[in-house]
Amino acid sequence: MREVAVLGVSMTKFGVSEKTNLEMFTEAGLEAMSNSNIESKDVEALFFGNCLGDFEEGQMHMAPFAHAELGLPMSAPATRFESACATATVAIRHAALLVGAGVYDVVLAGGTERATKMGTPLATKTFAMATQSQHEARAGLTFPGVFAMAAHMYSSKYGVDLPELKKNMAEVAIKNHYHGTLNPKAHFQKEIDLDTVLDGMMVADPLQLFDCCPFSDGASALVLAEAGKAKDLVKKPIYVAGMGQASAGSLYLQQDVTRVKARETAVSQAYKEAGVGPDDIDVVELHDCFTIAEILALEGFGFYEFGKAHDAAAKRETYLNGKVVVNPSGGLKSKGHPIGATGAGQVTEIVEQLRGECGPRQVEGARIGLVDTLGGDLGTVCNIILRS
Amino acid sequence: MEYALTFEQYQEGLEKGKLLGLHCNTCETFTFPPMGTCRNCNGTDLKVAEAGGEGIISTFTVVRVAPEGKRPPYVVAMAELKEGPSVIGNLIDINPDEADMKLIGKSVKLGSQMVEGDVYSSDDCRVITFSLKEG
Repeated sequence: MREVAVLGVSMTKFGVSEKTNLEMFTEAGLEAMSNSNIESKDVEALFFGNCLGDFEEGQMHMAPFAHAELGLPMSAPATRFESACATATVAIRHAALLVGAGVYDVVLAGGTERATKMGTPLATKTFAMATQSQHEARAGLTFPGVFAMAAHMYSSKYGVDLPELKKNMAEVAIKNHYHGTLNPKAHFQKEIDLDTVLDGMMVADPLQLFDCCPFSDGASALVLAEAGKAKDLVKKPIYVAGMGQASAGSLYLQQDVTRVKARETAVSQAYKEAGVGPDDIDVVELHDCFTIAEILALEGFGFYEFGKAHDAAAKRETYLNGKVVVNPSGGLKSKGHPIGATGAGQVTEIVEQLRGECGPRQVEGARIGLVDTLGGDLGTVCNIILRS
Repeated sequence: MEYALTFEQYQEGLEKGKLLGLHCNTCETFTFPPMGTCRNCNGTDLKVAEAGGEGIISTFTVVRVAPEGKRPPYVVAMAELKEGPSVIGNLIDINPDEADMKLIGKSVKLGSQMVEGDVYSSDDCRVITFSLKEG
């Protein structure tokens, strides 16, 4: 495989947008190309992420329309990827694989989502379509419900009393909201405290409103190229050191939902390819769709033993300047979660961290960063390790 | 290769009070609900078999913000069947506001109930229910 690098990155502000999916993606795509010192004609393929355009705008098959908006050559195929919340990361991984394999030299990848357009009842319904329809969704399982079940099982399995676990989960939200105040593109840019979380409305026991990430609108895009070419185009290419992606079945097949086995498989592939281990990671953007999800991820990476990561935020080990900085962007919790764009937003943050461009939320001296995106009810995990 | 036990056949079983799954002739594992291959060894030498209907709650939640078309609150739980597999369903015969951590580890009896279809997921169908066993 050839070495692959990320050139320009871009993301719109995440939040509530009046712009269409295509308009948001076009803004991100044009900026990513401009930041890469390339033109539309230089792009050889588009790897386009979107989950729910069908429901948000009655728009299926968005990729060729995005291709036209960006003025890409007809010879550059545009393909839609959908892997629930891991959509954009999976699109980026496949883009990197095809550049690595020598099929393309320069490609554009990313995603867009306009989730707020659906409103909470329809958004809750359509998100739940990423659970197994016949045996999970029809019983009324929701995404907060999936992670709520993980939280209850975690409490029971590891003997962490639920009130203590909930307080430690709240500390994850408090940290990510704090980091979000340092990110002008975050959906939420305000600090919260323990009372904010513990007084919030119950969404799915034991998860309260502030244990949950928001529905967000936004887009993010980036240019990938063969490393030699990348060096000619930009001052600081960021290299794809290792990647992994794994698939697991429905939630009931997994049985122990405190262990995200797809993540354990995916991250070990990424570590192996990159030739690094958990101790080498300087900064992480991980899939904190719910507070408990961040705890599970820290254990899945091998940063903590299983059952031991629940108080990592409470001990400030995952804050800026902590032992390992987790979600300096604010994460899904505070930066926002436009599901088809989320993974590209995570890669954007890590790339900017490794370039030292993150201002007040810069992780000093960060050289190796990990991207982690989970799709569905633990069915897909995609990891990308980047290095400067 | 013909699908061993279709969703329609599984539904017909539930209608008659039978919990139909698949017994693997290769590794003796029971797969429930049914799917294309054995959940343990991925084998395809499967025969239709019935579960006894007893399980233990492994986790649960009370859904209070529901998808469009569902009326909260209701309890979604996962139970491990005596035969080994886990399944997701609704814990019934309980006030959702009284659902707490003490549910985990409790024995339940499996059944099924009808849920209405909708514009996206078409027909009405049966989903698994759990009822707490006495004592």
